Amino acid sequence: MKVAVITFPGSNCDYDLFKAAQQVGGDAKFIWHRERGLENYDAVLLPGGFSYGDYLRAGAIARMSPIMEDVIAFAKTGRPVLGICNGFQILCESGLLPGALMHNISLKFESKDVMLRVDRTDTMFTKDYKTGQVLRIPIAHGEGNYGADNETLKALEDQGRVVFRYVDRDGELSDEANPNGSWNNIAGITNATGNVLGMMPHPERAMEKLLGSTDGLALFTSMVGSMQPS
Amino acid sequence: MTNPTAMQVPPREGDPEITPETVADHGLTPEEYEKVLKIMGRDPTFTELGVFSAMWSEHCGYKNSKRLLRLLPTQAPWVIQGPGENAGVIDVGDGYALAFKIESHNHPSAVEPYQGAATGVGGILRDIFTMGARPVAVLDSLRFGDLDNGRVRYLFSGVVNGVGDYGNCVGIPNVGGEVQFDRGYEGNPIVNAMCLGLMRHEELITAAATGNGAPLMAVGARTGRDGIHGATFASEELSEDSDESSRPQVQVGDPFTEKLLLEASLELIASGAISGIQDMGAAGITSSASEMAGRGGSGVELEMTAVPVREEGMTPYEILLSESQERMLVVAHPGREDEVREILEKWELEAAVIGQVTDDGKFRILEDGNVVGDIPALPLTDGCPTYEREGIESGEVIALREMDLTEHMTAEGDLTKDFLLLLRSPNVASKRWIYEQYDTTVRTGTAVRPGGDSGVIRIRGTSRAIAATTDCNGRLVYLEPRTGAMAAVAEAARNLVCVGALPTAITNNLNFGNPLKTHIYYQLREAVLGMREACSAFETPVTGGNVSLFNETDGKAIYPTPVIGMVGVIDDVSKIIRHAFNTPGDDIVLLGTNSGELGGSEYLYATSKLVAGHPPSVDLEAERLLQQAVLKMNHEEVLNSAHDCSEGGLAATLAECALGNGETPLGVTVEVDEDLAPIVSLFGESHGRIIVSTSPENTERVLALAALYDVPAKRIGTVTEMASGFSIKVRSGSVQASMTDLAEAYFGSLPNIMDAPTDSEA
Repeated sequence: MKVAVITFPGSNCDYDLFKAAQQVGGDAKFIWHRERGLENYDAVLLPGGFSYGDYLRAGAIARMSPIMEDVIAFAKTGRPVLGICNGFQILCESGLLPGALMHNISLKFESKDVMLRVDRTDTMFTKDYKTGQVLRIPIAHGEGNYGADNETLKALEDQGRVVFRYVDRDGELSDEANPNGSWNNIAGITNATGNVLGMMPHPERAMEKLLGSTDGLALFTSMVGSMQPS
Repeated sequence: MTNPTAMQVPPREGDPEITPETVADHGLTPEEYEKVLKIMGRDPTFTELGVFSAMWSEHCGYKNSKRLLRLLPTQAPWVIQGPGENAGVIDVGDGYALAFKIESHNHPSAVEPYQGAATGVGGILRDIFTMGARPVAVLDSLRFGDLDNGRVRYLFSGVVNGVGDYGNCVGIPNVGGEVQFDRGYEGNPIVNAMCLGLMRHEELITAAATGNGAPLMAVGARTGRDGIHGATFASEELSEDSDESSRPQVQVGDPFTEKLLLEASLELIASGAISGIQDMGAAGITSSASEMAGRGGSGVELEMTAVPVREEGMTPYEILLSESQERMLVVAHPGREDEVREILEKWELEAAVIGQVTDDGKFRILEDGNVVGDIPALPLTDGCPTYEREGIESGEVIALREMDLTEHMTAEGDLTKDFLLLLRSPNVASKRWIYEQYDTTVRTGTAVRPGGDSGVIRIRGTSRAIAATTDCNGRLVYLEPRTGAMAAVAEAARNLVCVGALPTAITNNLNFGNPLKTHIYYQLREAVLGMREACSAFETPVTGGNVSLFNETDGKAIYPTPVIGMVGVIDDVSKIIRHAFNTPGDDIVLLGTNSGELGGSEYLYATSKLVAGHPPSVDLEAERLLQQAVLKMNHEEVLNSAHDCSEGGLAATLAECALGNGETPLGVTVEVDEDLAPIVSLFGESHGRIIVSTSPENTERVLALAALYDVPAKRIGTVTEMASGFSIKVRSGSVQASMTDLAEAYFGSLPNIMDAPTDSEA
C-alpha cells in the first residue's frame, strides 16, 4: 500500500502522518509540493501545519502548489485523499471539499483533547469504527470553525457527508463540546463520492496509549483496508 | 597569531565622529573605551565602535556575571558539550544526545509583548538546531505583575500569544513551564524560553570557523534595519519612555521562515557540505562571525556589499548590528558553496557567500573591497572586561525577612475560605488558559503534557524518554538569595522525579536587576553560590544558559529570578507517573516533613499582598535522599501518582492531585497531625515534600523504602470517590469543600480574569 504524504513549505505534521501510515502497514513516502506524479500511489495524505505560514488565509497559497493539480486528479480516480487540520483547509481552498474554515469563535488557538462522534461508518476512512462511537482525539488549530452557505450545509447533512462531530463524553452535541464554533458541530466531512475526507482533529496523534489515546488508529486501519493496491 | 594589531583604517564617509558622548551612547564606560584603544592601537572607526559596543554588552560579553558563572559545576561523564556553545549537550542513552538551553527575551517583551516573546522562542529554537539537533519540545517560564492591572493583562496575553503562535507554526510542542504573578514584576515581565532537541551523537556540529579560505555564507532571511542594538538595549534599565522609543530595537519574527530554515539547516548539516553553523542572534553578524572566529582560533573577513539586505543604503554599521531574525552564518567547505545554495533554494531560502575564514586573527570588515573595520578577533570576544563588584544585602530585604509573622500564622478565620482564595490565586490556579493556546501534541512524542510536574517527550524507537521542567520562586530568592536559588534547583529535581525521571543536568537563566547596584550584585552572587551548592549535591551540572541583567524600570528591580531549566532521563516509558490521583481507595502518603515556615508563601501574598519572612530552609541531603527514594519506589512500581508540594502548600497540592486535568476528579480524606498552627500545616511551603498515592497493599513497601532512604513518611489519608468531597483535618482546624467548588475555583480563575470584559486601563 503506497501512501503519499504531501509536504508543503510550513507543513509540520507530515512526519506524524508518515509514522501513522507506517504503523498500519502503509509504505509511506514524503512528496515535496513541487514534485509531480501521484499515479502510483494508493492514498494521498495532506498534513497539518502552517503551509506558507497561513499568511493570507489558511491553505490559500498551498492550493496553488504544483502538486495540487495531481491531488485533484488523484481524487477523481476514487482513491482515498485525507486532509487533516491544515490539510482540511487546503482541501476546502482547492475546491475538493465545500465550505471554509474560519477563525475559532474564541479567536484563540485551541489545543486540547476533544470528543468526536463517528456519524458514518460506511466510508473508506471509518469502516473500522462503530456508528455513534465516541473518540478522544487532540485538536490544535486557530482556524477550525467550519462553515458553508445554507444550501451546502443542507446538502452535506442530507447526503450524510458529515463523518465526525464534536460531542461531549456521552456523545451528545452541545456548544460546550464545540471547540471552535463549527456549524452543526462539524469536525470532518467527505466529498460527494466519499473518497476525500477533511477533518480538523488529529487522529495521527491518537495512535498510542503512551500519548493518551488510541482512538485514531481505526481511521488509518480503515483507510488501508479499503485501499486497492495499485 | 599573537596579538595582531589593527591596521590603519580611515573614517568612512558619512559616519558620525567619535566623541565621549558617542562612546557613552554605545554603553561603554571611559575605562572600557581605554581598553578598546589599547586593543586597537588607534581610535576605532564608528563601525568598529558599534562592534565593540555589541560584543561588550552584558548580553554578549557577560561582563558582570562571567566571574560568578565560572563558579558553577559544569562537568559530568554524561556532559558532551558544556557552556560556551550555542547549547549544552548531554548523553541520554541508546546513542542519542540531547541539546538544551534556556534564553530570555525580557526587555523586548516589556515593550512589544507579542513579537518580544515570539522572537524569544525563535532564537532558542535556532540555538538548538544549529547544534545538529531537531527541536522536540519547548517550555516557557514567565513572570508578570498582578493581573488586576490592565497593562499587565495586555503583556500577559500578548506574551502567551507570541510564544504560542511561533512554536505552533514551527510545529514544536510546548510541554511545560511556569508562570508567577507578583507586583514585583509589574514593570519588567520575564519571558524565558527553553528548547530541547534530540540527535544521534554523530550528528553534533559546533560553531567554529576553521580552515583558511573557507567561505562564510549568510543563509535564511535577509538583513534589515530591525533590532539594531538589541543586545545593548537588553543590557540597560528601562524607563517610562522606553515603550515608544525602544520599539525599533525589538525584532520581528517570521515562524514560517524559521520552519524552512530549521529543515534547511538540518539538511545542510546532514549533507556534510558545511563545517560550522551559528545563529545570527543578539548582535547579529557581528557576534556570530566573531564568536565563530574566536572558537576556531582564526580570523574572518566579511564583505558588507555581499550581504543580502532588505533595503538599499544600509551602512556597514547597520548590517553588522542588525538583529533581523531567522538568519544563520555558515562555514562551508571550499568548493561546496553550490550544494549549500541548492539546499537553501529547495526550502525557498537564500544563501550568499559574504566572506571567508582567514588565518590572521582579525575581524575584518570590507565595503566594496575597502576596509572599514579591522579588529583583533580574540580580544574582541575574550577581552571583554569582566567585573567582580561589591555586594551588600539591602537593609529593606533584611527587615522584610526578619518580620514577625506570628500574627499571620495564628490568624483565626475560615480556613476553607482561605483555601479557595488560594486555589483561585493565578499563582496556584490551573494554567490551562495558557497551555491550551500552545500545541502540546505535535510531533507525536508528548507523553506528559503541561499541567503536571514535568513535561515528558519519548524518544521514538527506544524505551526512553526525556523530562523537562523550569522552576524558580523569585520571592524566596528575594528574601534570601542563596536559599531561594537552592530551592529552585531542589524543586526542579523534585518535579522530575515526580514523573519518574532521573535529574541529569540544568540550563539556567539569571534574571536580575542592575548589577552595578551593590544589593543587586549581592543577590546575583548569593544566588549563583546557592545554585552551585545544589547542583553539586544533585550532580546536575550546568551546561549553559543565559544572563539577563538590568531588569529594572524607573530604578525598581524585579525579584532576583534565576530560572532553572532541568532535564532528566526516563529509562522505561512504561514507568512514567503523573500527579493526579487515579484510584479511589488508594492510600495517600506524605514524604518529607513540614518544618513550620510561612515566609515567602503564596498564602501571605494572596491574603495580605505580603512578601516577607524567612523562606523555608533547604536541606540538600534530605532532598537528594527524597529524590532517590521516589525513583526507587517508582522503579518498584509501587506508586500510582506523585506530586511535588510547593506553592499553596499541602492543601493546594492535594487539591491538584484530586482534580487532575478536571475530567475525572476524585475526593480526598486526609488527616495531618502536626504540632503547628492550622494555617502553617495547610498552607506552609516547606521544601522536600512529595505526595504520593499507592494501592493499600503497597503502602507498607512505600513506607519501608522511605525508611531505607531516611525519608520521613506518613500515611495521611485516602483517595475517595468524587462525591465524598475534599476534606483535610489538621490539629485544630479543617478544610472541607465539594469537588465542584474546588474545580470552579481552580479551573475557573484564569479564564474569569482574562476572558472577562477588560477595563479601560488596557
